[in-house]
Amino acid sequence: MLLKPCARWPMNKLVSKAVGAPMPRESARLLVEGRGSYVDDIALPGMLHIAFVRAPFAHGRILCIETADALQMPGVVAAIDGKELAEICAPFDTNPPGVPGHASAPQPPLAIEESCFQGETVVAVVAESRAAAEDAAELVFVDWEELPAACSIAEAQSDSAAAVHSSFDNNLSLHHRFGAEDVSDAFENAAHVVEESFAFGRQTGVTLEPRGIIAHWDPRAEELEVWQSHQVPWQMREVYAAQLGLSPQSIRVVAPDVGGAFGLKLHAYADELAAVAVSKRLGRPIKYIVDRLESFTSDAHAREAKATCRMAVDSEGHILGIDAVVDSGFGAYAMHPRGSFGEAMQAAQMIGAPYKVGAFRAEVRGWRQNKAPSGAYRGVGQPIACAITEDMIDLAARAVGIDPAEMRRINYRSTLDEGTRATQSGLVIEELSLDACLAKLMEAMDYKTLRAGQAALRENGIYRGIGFASFVELTGVGAGLYGPLGLPLAANESCRLTLQPDGSLTCATSVTDQGQGTLSALGQLIAGEFDIAPNMVRMISGDTGRTPYGGGAWASRGMALGGEAARRACVRMRDGLFEVAAGVLQCEPSALAFDNGEIIGLKGPSGLTLAEMGALCHYRPYDIPTGQVPPMTIEESFLPLNLPYITSNGVHAVHLEVDSELGTVELLDYWVVDDCGTVVNPLLVDEQLRGGIVQGIGAALYEECVYSEDGQFTNGTLADYVVPMAGEMPAIHVDHITTPTRASGLGAKGVGEAGTVGAPGAVRTAINDALSPLAARVAKQPFTTRRILEAVMAAENLE
Amino acid sequence: MKSANFAYIRATSLDHALSTLANTEDAIVLAGGQSLVAALNLRLQVPELVVDINHVPGLDQIEIGDDEVRIGPLVRHAQLMASDEATKALPLIGKALPHVAHPAIRNRGTTCGSLAYGDPAAEMPACAVALGATLVLASTDGTREVAAREFFEGLYETQRAPHEMLIEARFPVAPKGARPVFDEVAARRGDFATLGLAGQIHVDSGVIAAFDLVAFGSEPAPLLLENVADIALGKAPNPGLITDLSQAVADQVHPMESPLATPQMRRRQYRALAERCLHAAMEFADV
Amino acid sequence: MSEDTIRFTLNGRDVSVPATTRGHLGDLLRHEFGETGTHIGCEHGVCGACNVVMDGVVVRSCLTLAVQVDGAEIETIEHLGSDHDVAALQNAFVARNAFQCGYCTPGMIMTARELLAGNTAPRREEIRDAISGNLCRCTGYQAIVEAISDAAETLREMADE
Repeated sequence: MLLKPCARWPMNKLVSKAVGAPMPRESARLLVEGRGSYVDDIALPGMLHIAFVRAPFAHGRILCIETADALQMPGVVAAIDGKELAEICAPFDTNPPGVPGHASAPQPPLAIEESCFQGETVVAVVAESRAAAEDAAELVFVDWEELPAACSIAEAQSDSAAAVHSSFDNNLSLHHRFGAEDVSDAFENAAHVVEESFAFGRQTGVTLEPRGIIAHWDPRAEELEVWQSHQVPWQMREVYAAQLGLSPQSIRVVAPDVGGAFGLKLHAYADELAAVAVSKRLGRPIKYIVDRLESFTSDAHAREAKATCRMAVDSEGHILGIDAVVDSGFGAYAMHPRGSFGEAMQAAQMIGAPYKVGAFRAEVRGWRQNKAPSGAYRGVGQPIACAITEDMIDLAARAVGIDPAEMRRINYRSTLDEGTRATQSGLVIEELSLDACLAKLMEAMDYKTLRAGQAALRENGIYRGIGFASFVELTGVGAGLYGPLGLPLAANESCRLTLQPDGSLTCATSVTDQGQGTLSALGQLIAGEFDIAPNMVRMISGDTGRTPYGGGAWASRGMALGGEAARRACVRMRDGLFEVAAGVLQCEPSALAFDNGEIIGLKGPSGLTLAEMGALCHYRPYDIPTGQVPPMTIEESFLPLNLPYITSNGVHAVHLEVDSELGTVELLDYWVVDDCGTVVNPLLVDEQLRGGIVQGIGAALYEECVYSEDGQFTNGTLADYVVPMAGEMPAIHVDHITTPTRASGLGAKGVGEAGTVGAPGAVRTAINDALSPLAARVAKQPFTTRRILEAVMAAENLE
Repeated sequence: MKSANFAYIRATSLDHALSTLANTEDAIVLAGGQSLVAALNLRLQVPELVVDINHVPGLDQIEIGDDEVRIGPLVRHAQLMASDEATKALPLIGKALPHVAHPAIRNRGTTCGSLAYGDPAAEMPACAVALGATLVLASTDGTREVAAREFFEGLYETQRAPHEMLIEARFPVAPKGARPVFDEVAARRGDFATLGLAGQIHVDSGVIAAFDLVAFGSEPAPLLLENVADIALGKAPNPGLITDLSQAVADQVHPMESPLATPQMRRRQYRALAERCLHAAMEFADV
Repeated sequence: MSEDTIRFTLNGRDVSVPATTRGHLGDLLRHEFGETGTHIGCEHGVCGACNVVMDGVVVRSCLTLAVQVDGAEIETIEHLGSDHDVAALQNAFVARNAFQCGYCTPGMIMTARELLAGNTAPRREEIRDAISGNLCRCTGYQAIVEAISDAAETLREMADE
């Protein structure tokens, strides 16, 4: 390994030797060996289990609840309803003061008098086993009065709509506008105006490990311990403190190994709060594992939206204006604590984000519905905005008569106009590298050859499509958003780095890892700073009792924010150690460097290894020439000061074949060129992109929570809600452009959502490209066999 | 999602199993269990008694005779798939089995169990109807043989009475030169088919001597397309005939209304699927 | 089977447990024997996370009743690390980063092990087909396919030596 002389690198700009190395995740090997510890793997003495009685109707009034028969069942300890739980637990009140016009009804952990979606929790039956609790739950009698419901967005919008919750007389939960009030000038002067309507089906995250929680209220110590499959333990500590009226200091929340999260495990759920409250009520440890059927009807849903968009372009294809309306389906309650508005807002605000758009206007409305609450799911609104934008770009390119790739190229936004900080929709965007990404992508896919092949095959009635999706991804979103909204959420990420006496390092981080590999990459980064093996760095995460205060995992923040915090902690730690070593070696600190865990001075190896430094500082501080013992624990926290978020960007392309007779889609090839800034570990980043893309393909082709007209979830099993499996997924070619963010010294942006943001748009444009000779188009996602055949057959009937 | 309580008996012999079925109001046979145990977990099935036949000796035999292949009630899909002799004698079964679920399911799931369950989207019932298999039902009253073409009555409805057990499926060995016809449309590999075609065509001396084709997945039960055979018999395979036959398939099916596709869409899909699998089958048959 | 006890071999050990007729093998392994490497993802046979080896073949433990295993031989991920094939797969999964949250991985490795037992040089397409009953929600499957292919190559090299 080549030693980089320290003097060449300013102290605050140290670049880790480990950055960029495709190091395997050795520390996660235990997962491959079945030695992980997920919530359901944990058992506490005296632990009880919950099964919930859930509402059978989309909207209903509870007339009475009888639990006597259930309580007679063997092993049953309690059957608790909403009124009883309300004595010790407050309902969620999810109305961020900073969101104008936002309104959501209070949501108690168990419904009291009124329930507003099928699957809402009504009674908690507590027993010695889950099976016994389920047996007894079947015997709980609830006398229901079914109430009129509003389920689809269209229904919720109509003047005669039933109120989703009796405390409101209409269902509008959010109304906001981005950009100008009037953009008509741009459209009046345009050479072409294209217009399209869009619809996006409801989805859910489908983590393979369902949500789960163990709550243990210790009545003697008056302390609450919670183990929860979750992304943000610190947030949950504050939530439980607020709902149960406890001091946050009396609560410890631990997120052990988490089997996938994708935003779904970012929220506070009524059923999980009920489990915690029941533990407090009974003074016993309570385990509640959401089963697959419950997860479909009660996990956060996402994406349901309708939109219309108009785009004005000049005769050469330059975009002159965008005018859009997005209607988003919120479900029955705003998801606690962050609300349900994020998806709607980003879906509208990020339309056109990669492009110079001229005039911009986007109106967004959010609608309460008698369906499960919607919340964050990987990408949060950005996949919708991207899909709308990319489809409009293709429509405009066709109207102008230029190649869709060229249409993108001439419209890309590279930097903001001089003197401005924000786009017309209010986005603050760093410099972008879309031109470079597209150039690299077109070379990788051999674009010209693909187009020639496509034309030849069309002669034989074979319809192949090539689709592009350029995207801008907001990463590391944080305080700049939540603070002004009045949400009590820490969005900085922290690192507490400790040098142990044996020379090993401990990194306690606020960042959490649900499989992304962030902890391994942080360990790699830290190890690189001292040139030691990654196994010399012990990572601690996901435990409010052991980690510094901070966010956790959402909006692709682990490396962008947590990595920078770790890097800064390393620099400070090293500065302190170099001060000591400089005294011992009688040289300037700037002349020192680490090689293989040892400080190298002007005369080469000094014998001052990390172990020696640890022993010196911890055990023999009197031997330090300056007499100054540097701190052996350093804590750093990071949030970009001048930016509300960091922006990644990239371009996707897909090649696929549509069978116009069967209505099926075969994915032939997939490419993405992504710019997430500094890549710490390409092995992790590339498969993170691929995984995101596959989820985006799922959104495009398969996934939809199908509700009947009366609000019954109709496809709530893994057999019926179709997610991508290996057999149908294409090879995905990943490449990078690297533009480090100027917001941090590390330069890493984020990559967690890049795949999911772009893939639905790429697949949509490719299918529409394939169908173009048939004069057919699809607009409603997912593009199922039925929807493709509907489009093809409707076009045939027009002929 | 834990199953309700039920009693369990491990049958030691066929008689033991049959007498238990005869003596219990609400008993159900557990063979492969790949549909049953899922239904138990979901509490879609809440039987009083589960009769496990997995340890009854002798039920896992595949007998390959000159005229027919006899498949016992514990023959797993994987076992049948791995039997070269069986798939050679029954090429349609060999072609259809890889479409049945996934390896772990095929390791346990039984061919007879799939027949007895009568899932309209399953491949084995369609093959049994296409090949004219005979199903043997046993009870304490004795055994009876039912033609597969009579056995499937509707959605999960068969001629099997609750106290009866399907103890054998007898498939006629394919005549020399007979070709399998099989394809299906499913959302993903191994999923239940949304629609499919299963059949066997026999071209002898340049003309179609036999052709049995079944539509499944979109119908309440496998549908033998008799008119298709009527059109085909005695004719020489050619592209024009394939077009006619494919249209006949589309005309003859009665697809159920489904959120996945309208009947009109199903007919379109059938026509295309038939074109493809008939081209594939007849190209070979021509040689 | 005696009336009130289920006896079987679990990872080479003879074990017994009081017979409860309800419940599936996955829960039995996890909650009675603490073998929590077998994961429960759907309990209706779709996701493959609960795959274990029963009498030499891979089965869905959620579709196998606990009482059914009386007299059977069950192997789970925790104790299969000493098996050459499994070790090769585990090494390849780590090397290729063919897992993220790890929840699907034990079941995926069970499936892959059985594939390689019957096909020492599977093509990518055959690998995808074999694992098409195992849901991974995190990766794009590509790393898994490559890892299984790598493990097959390692095992072929070992067999040649």
